[in-house]
Amino acid sequence: MSDLGTTSTAGGPLLEVTDLVKHFPIKSGLLIDREVDQVRAVDGVSFTVNKGETLGLVGESGSGKSTTCRVVLQLLKPTSGSVKFEGQEIAGKSRRDLRPLRREMQMIFQDPYASLNPRKRIGQIVGDQLKIQKIASGKELRTKVEGLLERVGLSPEHYNRFPHEFSGGQRQRIGIARALALGPKLVFCDEPVSALDVSIQAQIVNLLDDLQDEMGLTYVFVAHDIGVVRHISDRIAVMNQGKIVETGDADQVCEHPRDAYTKKLLAAVPIPDPRESRARRERATAG
Amino acid sequence: MSVTPETAPAPAGGAGGGPLLAVENLRVGFATEDGRVQAVDGVNFTLEPGEVLAIVGESGSGKSVTAQTLIGLTRSPNSHIEGSVRLSGEELTTKSERELQKVRGSKIAMIFQDPMTSMNPVYTVGKQIIEAIRAHDSSVNRRDARGQAVELLGAVGIPDPERRVNDYPHEFSGGMRQRAMIAMGLALEPSVLIADEPTTALDVTIQAQILHLIQDLNRSRGLATILITHDLGVVAEVADRVLVMYGGKVVEQGTLDDIFYDPQHPYTWGLLGSLTRLDQPRPHRLPQISGAPPSLLNLPKGCAFRPRCPHEFGKCSEVPSLAAHLLEDPKHLDRCWLDAEKKRQLRQVEPNRIGLEEPV
Repeated sequence: MSDLGTTSTAGGPLLEVTDLVKHFPIKSGLLIDREVDQVRAVDGVSFTVNKGETLGLVGESGSGKSTTCRVVLQLLKPTSGSVKFEGQEIAGKSRRDLRPLRREMQMIFQDPYASLNPRKRIGQIVGDQLKIQKIASGKELRTKVEGLLERVGLSPEHYNRFPHEFSGGQRQRIGIARALALGPKLVFCDEPVSALDVSIQAQIVNLLDDLQDEMGLTYVFVAHDIGVVRHISDRIAVMNQGKIVETGDADQVCEHPRDAYTKKLLAAVPIPDPRESRARRERATAG
Repeated sequence: MSVTPETAPAPAGGAGGGPLLAVENLRVGFATEDGRVQAVDGVNFTLEPGEVLAIVGESGSGKSVTAQTLIGLTRSPNSHIEGSVRLSGEELTTKSERELQKVRGSKIAMIFQDPMTSMNPVYTVGKQIIEAIRAHDSSVNRRDARGQAVELLGAVGIPDPERRVNDYPHEFSGGMRQRAMIAMGLALEPSVLIADEPTTALDVTIQAQILHLIQDLNRSRGLATILITHDLGVVAEVADRVLVMYGGKVVEQGTLDDIFYDPQHPYTWGLLGSLTRLDQPRPHRLPQISGAPPSLLNLPKGCAFRPRCPHEFGKCSEVPSLAAHLLEDPKHLDRCWLDAEKKRQLRQVEPNRIGLEEPV
């Protein structure tokens, strides 16, 4: 973790995370719950995200990537550590104090089937936060939401539809419109394409790319698929068992990994090239 | 459950020199409230012992329905199945449910995507394997069956199988559960294994282990495998031949190298182009396939891929037949009207990259 922020071409740090820790207690006992052990979901994680860049967070399930996102966003209270957004400490702030910050930081979720309220219309799903944050109402709200829907590749006529009327890819577009409604600076994308078909994955990745260029967004992109992470990220942080084991420029990490775990992870990714994967198998049996 | 002695032994190869499994003009339709859905529309393929056939496609392409139909899992009052499925020359589509039960498990086994939901949580893993063994052969006593279960768990790489056989599914990790599913599938020594997205729910390191396991079993036991997946990386690792499905039809079919190095159908190009590959420099933008897969209720007229294909022309309003268009390779079939020479130009979006893009 020595080369944090060295290779980025983007502006200064937008988010600084230092020694972030989140432990979940394991309780046991019949009458009195005693804490017998802890799950060290996030165990001393530090990273910076610069303005306009994409930091990829990659790791296997259970490595603590999603928990890291949730703790940074203060959706979960950190056990210890510091999270600074634009130089301002946000760890330990109350919900009320965090509310203005919600405009700046948003999240896109993995499962487009579970992350949209089935009883709400698309217009409400995307527009409610504009109302809560008292940014727009009435006709202005509607125009704004319709504009957002169009921007993410949906039609303004979808305003009054329900989530079940949409396919997985379209639902993910709704999730993106919702995350962008408040004009955030930083967007956490938690496995945004892993539930989608291959052809739709490429569409969503391209859409996220375009939106970043257009709106000057900064992304923290979390995924287990190292190929997707490398495509979209400027820098990559590899997580294993609650710790970041390697950080660096995206191509650098994928082509010349230094950490043993990163090497193992990369070696397991199937190569969509039969000759290459045959050669790799032969090398493996020879070695 | 009563089990009658098997009428014919399951030979390792096809009887009389024919293929082990032959599927001819398989069509599966479902009557729904909104009309008839033709989920599978004329699929043909053969499978030889020891071979891995990959069926590739997106959701709704008919790949899972094809596989499930082979062992009669899609039979229901609202389904309509046509065509023929022959295992070692024996027709399966006309068999009664009771006769099919003798085929399932003992001759054709299937493993599913989600190892969490495909096991019964209230029985131990061992009990579930023992049940499968004894259901097909009641002469095996409980102790021998348990011995077999331990042996199988060991064979698929579960450490300390003697102890783990008594574990419940929740005590297994995702990868171990999938191994246990494979062990269960192999319990009756089938000649065909159908694996429906066997690694999709698993981490990459576990995925690699499971794929190697399937490969080893193929070699050591001559097990023929049908691998259903949407991941071309997985296909490149293990398959020998590939079927690409779209809108219920096979749009391209060939050897592994045919599909990866000389793909003929624009949909295949699109799939290859959509990959985020670690072995190549990253493109500025992924050459995406626009639009969404078609609804099977309302398939486009002519070629089903036409609305998403940047290379469509007048002829595409007629359905192209699945045929060989390459003189040098009569076994490489595709469903596209474009001229073979023209395809070679169109599919090359960058010097080293095949994909689907609007010609400039």
